[in-house]
Amino acid sequence: MAKKIKGLTLEFMPYSEIRDLDSSRRIKKILDIVLNNRIIVLQGRLKPEEETRLIEDTMAMIGHVKSFKGIELAVISSGNGSTPVFQKFTQGIAKALVGDTASMTIIGPASIVKEIKKNPKKIELMLKK
Amino acid sequence: MSILKKIAGKISRLFKRRSNISLGFYGPPNAGKTSLANKICEDWLGESMGEVSPIPHETRHVMFKEKVEIENNGKKLTFKLVDTPGITTRIDYEDFIKYGLKKKEAQKRAKEATEGIIESIKWIEDMQAVVVVLDASKNPYSQVNITIIGNLAARKIPVLIVANKMDLRKADIKKVEAAFPEYKVVGISARTGKNIDKFYEALFKLVK
Repeated sequence: MAKKIKGLTLEFMPYSEIRDLDSSRRIKKILDIVLNNRIIVLQGRLKPEEETRLIEDTMAMIGHVKSFKGIELAVISSGNGSTPVFQKFTQGIAKALVGDTASMTIIGPASIVKEIKKNPKKIELMLKK
Repeated sequence: MSILKKIAGKISRLFKRRSNISLGFYGPPNAGKTSLANKICEDWLGESMGEVSPIPHETRHVMFKEKVEIENNGKKLTFKLVDTPGITTRIDYEDFIKYGLKKKEAQKRAKEATEGIIESIKWIEDMQAVVVVLDASKNPYSQVNITIIGNLAARKIPVLIVANKMDLRKADIKKVEAAFPEYKVVGISARTGKNIDKFYEALFKLVK
């Protein structure tokens, strides 16, 4: 599902699109979209080791793909430090079964997204002119 | 026999851990990782570890300092210090030109910086403890910080967060503490040495 705003494309990716993919394919799928100058709004989030792998693969592509300068990445998570123990436990089971669908990940090409400003209450996507 | 072997293995690991603890310095570029590693080396070895610069990505290769013996409250521990290139999600050589570098020099720096980030990430799994160095005058909620700390947590590597540059007017340790409530945060200035004793105290608690 994609929305176009004067050359800017936001692509919503439901978690179901990556649920059955292994880590390499997940990252490839994401980077393929970013290389097409689209911003992904992914339902859920990658595993911690996938997030670092995404950074590694991004770095490996800079210099090899023309005009590619990297990515901007932000995860909005529903959790916070004061979640009760039982709730954390049930959330953990839900994550193990269906993935972390309560979070949302925004990934965009650095050539379009200048910065993603984030604080606990809001997230701002700063675009390049 | 197997029980004895297990006990011997545990003692050996404990001895190994105590004798040369791999301590990584991780964080975003220009947070002061090398400045802190230099401060530690100057305090305990009388020499520095690496060059520092206002231009981001001065450290583009992982650097080591073996057998750094640190003493705190009568206890001694020996560390292998591992200073890593700053991790980021974007590298643009044109950013280096803004600091006065020529185009070719900037492109070379950008290439080395991307390689350095990959090297940094690969080294994570070899760390026994990690000091995440953040610039206390900047917004701590950056995804790179969260990703680094999330990775260390997933690997069960003990983490100490250092809110560096506390000598700057904009520095705010409370913001860093609020961003990472599950971690111990120590506010220091690696440049001036402010609160470095508190850092050593927290480091010993981390690896005890």
